Amino acid sequence: MDEIVVEVRVNGAPRRAQVEPRLTLADFLRERCRLTGTHLGCEHGVCGACTVLLDGAAVRSCLVLAVQAQGREVTTVEGLATDGGLTDVQQAFRDCHGLQCGFCTPGFVVTVTAMLADDPAPDDTAVREALSGNLCRCTGYQGILAAVRSVVDERAKEAS
Amino acid sequence: MKAAPFAYDAPTTPEEAVGVLAEHGDAAKVLAGGQSLLPMLALRLAVFDRLVDVGRIGALQGIERRGDALWIGAGTTDAAVERSAEVASAAPLVARATPLIGHLQIRNRGTLGGSIAHADPAAEYPAVALALDASMDVLGPGGRRTVAAADFFTGLWSTVVEPDELLVGVSFPVWSGRCGFAVEEFARRHGDFAIAGAVVAVELGGDDGVRRCAVGLIGMGSTPLRAPTAEKAATGAAVGGVDADEIGRLAAADAVGVPSDLHGTAGYRRRVCAAVVTRAWTKAVEEARRG
Repeated sequence: MDEIVVEVRVNGAPRRAQVEPRLTLADFLRERCRLTGTHLGCEHGVCGACTVLLDGAAVRSCLVLAVQAQGREVTTVEGLATDGGLTDVQQAFRDCHGLQCGFCTPGFVVTVTAMLADDPAPDDTAVREALSGNLCRCTGYQGILAAVRSVVDERAKEAS
Repeated sequence: MKAAPFAYDAPTTPEEAVGVLAEHGDAAKVLAGGQSLLPMLALRLAVFDRLVDVGRIGALQGIERRGDALWIGAGTTDAAVERSAEVASAAPLVARATPLIGHLQIRNRGTLGGSIAHADPAAEYPAVALALDASMDVLGPGGRRTVAAADFFTGLWSTVVEPDELLVGVSFPVWSGRCGFAVEEFARRHGDFAIAGAVVAVELGGDDGVRRCAVGLIGMGSTPLRAPTAEKAATGAAVGGVDADEIGRLAAADAVGVPSDLHGTAGYRRRVCAAVVTRAWTKAVEEARRG
């Protein structure tokens, strides 16, 4: 099959590669960009581990073809913190025991980042709803919920 | 979990897309948001030589009032539908069904037209389109045609859209007056396809008589279904005299070809269906009475 040249901005940097149309955005990020922070669990849109931001919206990168991202802006978990440290969301996951093995964590962190950009003051129901598309199979969801709660509370405190 | 190889086109107009489809016939498949198609390709449940990505066609995007209907471009994402104040006011049933579709990451990519053209009987938009008597704008090499929702769905994952045709947009009639709308589903896990679901629209007259109503069933057959016996029993009756449990029972009995699988037997699905129809009916009527 004819390969196609894709140009995508990933975490602010232009990336260009010649790809097969069937290459997913997830595989493009991991194998072509060597950004292995985006994890692949199920590869068919169930687990949420591969969640990235496409033009700012959370999407499952296993359900987007690299060619569909042509000319667009992608942010992966590596691109969230700009100063080499951790974002408040990442720090809260660490502080609240929101991760154990860490496999699902990039997907959760990206999802939570997008959710809080849309809705800075979600109630617990809205948080659970937003988290429902990401699966964690070891530490459970209470620590993750607590992490989100703490980010919401901290941001509210800073804003007031 | 990797799709078999395929060629890729990204046309920028509906006519160009139809041209590519006409050239390749069955071997080509329209790629909209890809939230159903890409998993099927990854699992190799489906294989196509060529995908025609309609995601870059501006003419497929948009939400606009056209007379007595709300037109939604086939390529409009579920997330855009969810955010639209126009949809919330002109087609509340569409708005209320949307948050039940998958998860937010899915809704950011999935499209209204993609869901309807994919025609999964367990999906929300096909049942809403059927219940509201929506009409589908379909473009083919010979031009445009309009298909009523009642004639659109032909079987599991199949519609009257030919391989060389493209669903361009869907017009949902606007219900005005004292109306109520509700969607109720039961799923084992949040975001899963429902074991059974119901969409209900009710319009009451000034005398609290049921002027018209629509009951759509999700996951109860090989296509989305209407519940004609339940609708007939309620239409024209005084709403206070309509027994919601009876509407549920009649609707569940209306379903034909109820699936039986590891998620539940046909008998179990009928019981769930009756319960969700009763809940949706009750909610819709409460809303209509307030109107």
